[in-house]
Amino acid sequence: MELGNIEKLLEKYFEATTTVEEEKMLREYFSQEDVATHLEQYRPMFNYFSMAKEERYTKQVPLKPRKDFYKWVSIAAVAVLSFGIYFGNEYRERKQAEYAYNETKKAFELLAENFGKGTEKVAYLQEFEAAKQKIYNNN
Amino acid sequence: MKQAEFLNVVMPFKDKLYRLAKRLLVSKEEAEDATQEILLKLWSKNETMGEYKNVEAFAMTMTKNFCLDRLKSKQAGNLKLVHSNYTDENTSLQKQLEVEDSINWMEKIMEELPEQQKMVLQLRDVEQYDFEEICELLDMKPTAVRVTLSRARKAVRQELIKKHNYGIG
Repeated sequence: MELGNIEKLLEKYFEATTTVEEEKMLREYFSQEDVATHLEQYRPMFNYFSMAKEERYTKQVPLKPRKDFYKWVSIAAVAVLSFGIYFGNEYRERKQAEYAYNETKKAFELLAENFGKGTEKVAYLQEFEAAKQKIYNNN
Repeated sequence: MKQAEFLNVVMPFKDKLYRLAKRLLVSKEEAEDATQEILLKLWSKNETMGEYKNVEAFAMTMTKNFCLDRLKSKQAGNLKLVHSNYTDENTSLQKQLEVEDSINWMEKIMEELPEQQKMVLQLRDVEQYDFEEICELLDMKPTAVRVTLSRARKAVRQELIKKHNYGIG
């Protein structure tokens, strides 16, 4: 393409009135070896744009999101935690019941012991009663 | 939508998403993370994806919003530190140095532009979107797009002329 045309296109380009096709022409012009010296300064601009388009996203497209993984791990963690709290409570309750049972047993034992003492004393009373009965009968 | 179908839809424009993300976030790693995030979001929407008439435009808008949010939350400052990843092509050494130099220079010029101008340049001059598409993607009026594009191009030109006059490259 002749120089005059390119200059006109450049002018339009900087006013942002060029079409996509015209801009393509400009990029093509600046990608070739001989560029008019007074236009040389624009070369990096157009070459850069062409080059910038070559850049690629090289990573894998992540379709198995790690978000899911975290979701399941958190669900599992909550399950384990509530399991622990539930059974921990049960265990503690059992311990408490055992303790209460032992204390009660101790109290009953104490009571029984004292009852035993009581009955021993009652034995004397019975003796007294028997003696009293003998005396009554004799009269 | 099945995996294979989804891939067929996404494959043609995944690079565009990545390039837009990289234009805005500058760092390669950040851009890759952003692209991955967007693809995951798209995949999670795959049930309703048939309803969008233009999945590509939808994904590009998502990328734009995601990256702008990212920039806002990161205060932009610490992101700008990592930008040592320009691609190198294998041409002859002398030529390569020259080309690399001008490419690095352009990359720097692009980095200095305001976000709006960056995006318009990326979408138009790199990806060759139509004006209507750019309006839709960036939610701008056609005149606004034209003005921004013209300003961005002129800003780049000014920097290039400055450099050319110094005779650095």
